[in-house]
Amino acid sequence: MSAPMATNETLPARAALDQEWRKVVNHGLLLALVLVFVSLANMPVSLDSRMIIEPMLSMGYLSLLWIPVVMGFIVSSEKVLEGIAYHAKGAREVLAGGLVGLIGGLGLSLLVVLIDNFDLRDPLVNWSPALLDLLQFGNGIGFGVIIWPVLGFGLGVFGGALHIFTAMTRTIVGWVLGAVLGIAVFETVIIDLLTERLPFEFITDWFYFIRGGLSQQGAVTAALIGGGLGYLRVLAQRGVVPTPVQDYKQLVGPERTRANTIIIITCGVATAILPLLLGRITNELLANVGLFVLLALGLNIVVGLAGILDLGYVAFFAVGGYATAILTSPNRGDSWPDWVPQSHWFAALIVVILLAILTGLFIGAPVIRMRGDYLAIVTLGFGEIIRLLFLSDWLGGYTGGAQGVTNIPGVDLGFVEIKGTDPRAIFYLVAVFCAIAIYVSWRLEKSRLGRAWMAIREDESVAEAMGINTVNVKLMAFVVGAVLASFSGAIFAAKVGSIFPTSFIILVSIVILVVVIVGGMGNIVGVIAGAAVLIGVLGGPKQPGLLAEFSEFKLLIYGALLIFMMLKRPEGLVPNVRRTRELHQEEFLQDAWLRSQVDADEQDGAPSGEVAPA
Amino acid sequence: MSDVTDTSTPLLEFRGVNTHYGAVHILKDVDLAIYPGELVCLLGGNASGKSTTLKTLLGMVTPTTGEVVLDGEVVNNKPTSYLVERGVTMVPENRRLFKRLSVKENLELGAYLRTDKDGIEEDLERIYEMFPRVKERLNQKSGTLSGGEQQMVAMGRALMARPRVLLMDEPSMGLAPALVQTNFELIQQIHEAGVAIFMVEQNANMALSIADRGWVLQTGRVVLDDTAPNLLANPDLRASYLGEGDR
Ligand SMILES: Nc1ncnc2c1ncn2[C@@H]1O[C@H](COP(=O)(O)OP(=O)(O)OP(=O)(O)O)[C@@H](O)[C@H]1O
Ligand SMILES: [Mg+2]
Repeated sequence: MSAPMATNETLPARAALDQEWRKVVNHGLLLALVLVFVSLANMPVSLDSRMIIEPMLSMGYLSLLWIPVVMGFIVSSEKVLEGIAYHAKGAREVLAGGLVGLIGGLGLSLLVVLIDNFDLRDPLVNWSPALLDLLQFGNGIGFGVIIWPVLGFGLGVFGGALHIFTAMTRTIVGWVLGAVLGIAVFETVIIDLLTERLPFEFITDWFYFIRGGLSQQGAVTAALIGGGLGYLRVLAQRGVVPTPVQDYKQLVGPERTRANTIIIITCGVATAILPLLLGRITNELLANVGLFVLLALGLNIVVGLAGILDLGYVAFFAVGGYATAILTSPNRGDSWPDWVPQSHWFAALIVVILLAILTGLFIGAPVIRMRGDYLAIVTLGFGEIIRLLFLSDWLGGYTGGAQGVTNIPGVDLGFVEIKGTDPRAIFYLVAVFCAIAIYVSWRLEKSRLGRAWMAIREDESVAEAMGINTVNVKLMAFVVGAVLASFSGAIFAAKVGSIFPTSFIILVSIVILVVVIVGGMGNIVGVIAGAAVLIGVLGGPKQPGLLAEFSEFKLLIYGALLIFMMLKRPEGLVPNVRRTRELHQEEFLQDAWLRSQVDADEQDGAPSGEVAPA
Repeated sequence: MSDVTDTSTPLLEFRGVNTHYGAVHILKDVDLAIYPGELVCLLGGNASGKSTTLKTLLGMVTPTTGEVVLDGEVVNNKPTSYLVERGVTMVPENRRLFKRLSVKENLELGAYLRTDKDGIEEDLERIYEMFPRVKERLNQKSGTLSGGEQQMVAMGRALMARPRVLLMDEPSMGLAPALVQTNFELIQQIHEAGVAIFMVEQNANMALSIADRGWVLQTGRVVLDDTAPNLLANPDLRASYLGEGDR
């Protein structure tokens, strides 16, 4: 994606027909496959009700249309290596993009014909007239067959043309698209923010159509705003206008500290004021995001810092939730003796912390000596075991089995009771605990313990050789992670008022892991941003996000994100030396080769069995 | 760097040590003794148990029978940190830096068990003096250093623990022949500063040329135990040592 660097010599553009045909066809077929898959996964139909721009573009169509653009772009993108001469991009790249789009479009045409003539609803539930109608734009079979190759070609050409745009044009196009999409996606939040307490109806009336989606004038305005911001960005890159981020990075010493203080105070004040301006639904959303930020910060310590791939993290969330529920609700399982009091949330929290530490030790101790893959699988098992225990007949008398624990009271502060019916109050409570978690993570990261975690993540046996007590230090990571997750569980219980084993399925662990990975492991700000975007927009395992229509596809998208991240930064996901070495085979072989050279030099060609690269 | 008081009792010692990995017998009745301030080397072919010897010395592997003795105290069941605290430090095979951490962080991790802030600063300075190259690259991720630079950081990291005895596992492995020479000079330099050195090497001639004494390990058994000049002159050495080479 990056433009060739100054060090690279540029060769003249190649002729338009001088294509790598095989590559073009492969990308085209892949595109066709993806488009058909997305169609049959029912994305276009179920997202069709959500408008982006009324009445031209729905999320349903968008779910198809962006793909040819991306494919048209990547078919001719190449990795730019220093010191290699590349051909300038030109008509050839545009044509390649168009052809890829054309082939992909033909795939959809074929699908249209097939749906029209055969009924495969039995194996493929989404093989429906609704899909057919949508793919024909409501204009009958002939139109449907012809329009897709045309559209595909056009979009592919656009994708390919991105290569020949100047960096400036590219930036501006990116900002325009981003602004339109962003303002459309965040519709609920923006309307809520501007109209709930503030008198800015006229702005939202301008931008949005009554039944949802941008109005046409709104879309144009959004595009203009995006274009303007993009242009500012270009100016900033050229050094014409100042860039706050660059300036910030150059600060050192006390100035940096002062800038940090200002940033922290601003964030704090914004967090305090924002909920006041927002209505119920958006505050609910924020509260959910907060719960997951808390969970993600905890898992970030375990996976990101200490490199322990814990797939059963939900267990600690469950322990926090259940312990709070049982200790505060009058409606808990009936096997409890009377001396177990029904206590205040804060009193319960102390027990929750203790229990979380115990569970951390209990789950941590047996798995801590395992490495990599084994540990992941065993923790996965523990996560399920805890949930099944809560569900079981054996503990059912205490945990309510499948009926769960209901009537959980909120947090009584004397002057106000924080409970689920008041998401704003819940958000404030979550925010306080998030602040604690952020502070703790930040301090730990800089501490001796944090260093030890990172050393273990990088190379456990060497860490041991440095004198780090790896067992204790790893247990500490488990325990800190467990406590943070249990906080989230305790707030969750007070928020939802009743909890069931189904609130704590494996999916929760997976979603938190995706948040941590996407956010960038070991990176506090990234993790918070990851949680805000993923949970806020897509939603949590059971919590709706901004794009409520996406809920069916949430898992698909989380899965796709996970795959993408793994391909992009594999050693990030399984941070274990052996894996890293496997993944960097070339370097390893290079080492082995050097070694054999040295051996041969010194031993006059004596055979050195060990170093032969297998 | 060391406070040598008595050179007549061994600093670190193996008394009839046997080590198993699962049921596999690796070290067989090994006796070793490293005296304060000495430079000794352990030779042996591939898979003869050299790395295992080091791991056992450092408490990362517990011997099945026999005793590991530090300053006259049996330390078989002590954790590695106990030995590191008392001045036993290892430069692992293949250097093994913490790749995604910076050079500085790697060095600081070497001093993990130390609490004397001033002393740590002092030692950092000393290491910068010894390896000016390292000082230029303090904030670089150590995984991106060249092999030779990595070797310097690995040695620096070990020195940060203020060792009395440095265990080095094949320090010249993977280095260009020219660097191997420099590397041995560095080892001698560290030795002259008073640190005892226990070096595992496949490069017998080089190692013996700077060592005081040496042992030859063959399938986990010590087959030769002599002074360096005697070992160099020993006609059996090459035969027994190379015999292990092709496994
Ligand atoms: N963790 C382990 N589990 C099982 N067997 C092991 C383990 N570590 C080493 N071994 C085995 O013990 C034997 C001795 O290994 P060691 O690493 O001590 O050899 P070495 O002399 O250092 O060889 P090299 O010169 O190749 O480094 C080898 O056969 C090896 O396969
Ligand atoms: Mg070895």
